[in-house]
Amino acid sequence: MIEVEHLTKDYGQHRALDDISFSVGKGEIVGFLGPNGAGKTTMMRILTCFFPATKGKAMVAGYDCFEDSLNVRKRIGYLPERVPLYEDMKVTDYLAFAAGAKGVPARDVKRSVDQVVDDFGLHDVASKMISACSRGYRQRVGLAQAVVNDPDVLILDEPTVGLDPKQIQEIRRIIRDLAGKRTVILSTHILPEVSLLCGRVIIINKGKLVAVDKPENLTAKKSSKLLLRIDGPEADIEKAITRVEGVKATEREQVAAGDPCGFIVDFDDEKLVRKNLQSLIAQNSWDLIEMRPIEKSLEEIFINLITKEDI
Amino acid sequence: MNFRSIGIIFQKELKGYFNSLIAYVVITMFLLITGYFFYNLLATFSVVSFQAQSNPMLAKQYQLLNINETVVRPLFGNISIIMLLMTPLLTMRLFSEEKKTGTIELLLTYPVNDIDVVISKFLACFVVFLTMILLTATFPILLIVLGEPEVMPILTGYLGLILMGAAFISLGIFTSSLTENQIIAASISFGLLFLFYMMSYSVSFVSGGFGRILSYLSINEHIASMAKGVLDTEDIIYYFCFIVLFLFLTLRVLESKRWR
Repeated sequence: MIEVEHLTKDYGQHRALDDISFSVGKGEIVGFLGPNGAGKTTMMRILTCFFPATKGKAMVAGYDCFEDSLNVRKRIGYLPERVPLYEDMKVTDYLAFAAGAKGVPARDVKRSVDQVVDDFGLHDVASKMISACSRGYRQRVGLAQAVVNDPDVLILDEPTVGLDPKQIQEIRRIIRDLAGKRTVILSTHILPEVSLLCGRVIIINKGKLVAVDKPENLTAKKSSKLLLRIDGPEADIEKAITRVEGVKATEREQVAAGDPCGFIVDFDDEKLVRKNLQSLIAQNSWDLIEMRPIEKSLEEIFINLITKEDI
Repeated sequence: MNFRSIGIIFQKELKGYFNSLIAYVVITMFLLITGYFFYNLLATFSVVSFQAQSNPMLAKQYQLLNINETVVRPLFGNISIIMLLMTPLLTMRLFSEEKKTGTIELLLTYPVNDIDVVISKFLACFVVFLTMILLTATFPILLIVLGEPEVMPILTGYLGLILMGAAFISLGIFTSSLTENQIIAASISFGLLFLFYMMSYSVSFVSGGFGRILSYLSINEHIASMAKGVLDTEDIIYYFCFIVLFLFLTLRVLESKRWR
């Protein structure tokens, strides 16, 4: 559905995107992940034909974003980050305008508007001015205008930013409902969102592609440590653990004063290390409080990936 | 060009003017000032006519007991100056506001051509302007009911004002597309319009061909003959070119995002 090949975008001297290539299949939900200023919004603006790339090619639904921009724009729904809406319009008037401008035939406009008002629970604000709507409703109106023409591709720039937790959950539910037959690209810097919503994640940093993978693969790949908490003489324990067969490195885990000491153990063979550690603890009759593999959170992977110099 | 999208954006823009009270306020102020001028012109006329009744010499001296020359033509002059002040206020928001609030990003990613956007914004502003200028028709209508002015110069004068207003609007839209700050847009458009309006002022100091060019470029020169009842294609072509030029430049500014 979306093909991006060697895309580069320069703003004067500043290179915002550097040779990015990826593709997104029909019906996929893909998360664009990156710190602020990584080039997520630039990427989305190119895909929505707001401006063209300096070099490279972007295709949406088989049409080139530069050559055939009208055909691309007919098939996308876009929610920009700031959710720009016309403040001095009523919600339904605005949605009718969006439907018309996006090419919904005149006789179907009313039906399409009623449909999105239903889908997004906008009945309470339907006849209100947009300026009088709360942040959560504005976000929903923004999503409603994006899907009002039933597009094949949805491009959502930070759809949950600035919402309260309840609203975030709602918007996520809506996005999940929207998916299915549609292809969705959403950008975010909130990592759990990616694992919740997206089938695949594209990580970019400073305009460069860092990783493309499934969120669970990213987490699985990088987990190779054990957290160990033991009640006993700290110095002795540390010394003993480092000498255990199979342990590569030990790190002292910061704990609150009075709590049993904790260590993070790096290893090669999990089974062997677990067995050896258990027997060590039993021999010394220390008190084992906790022993569990640390699954690196997406945050850590993310930080790891984007702070690596060599990528 | 797609007439459906022009219609849809046009409606939205027109509603924008009336929902946000801009149209009401600008039109009211416009009528207030023009009404004030009309009243004073008419009052002067009636005082002079009254005095001329008892003093025929005075009438000869002024040779102005012609209502077209003493009321209608100066009124058109006044209206055009007030237009100069008011149209930048109508045009300044058209693109600047959308740039500031970011709505331009959505509008330009909808499947509409840039030219449709420019034309529909121009038309919406023009309709507001037309409402404003046609409401001033009450003044000449009063004159026709109560006096005996020549009607033709009034009609051509209005045509001139309308063309001039359209020209003002096209320049205003252009400056609005340049910046996201409405005050900057209005200042530039006011400044440029004023220069175009006053260009003939310096003609007497400039010799020969250049002077003629200046005088031809002056937006004010072209309404003068129309206010006298003379319809010259040269004037109409001037306004037409002016409008097309600035709408074209606006389109170029919008398209410049493609290579900037």
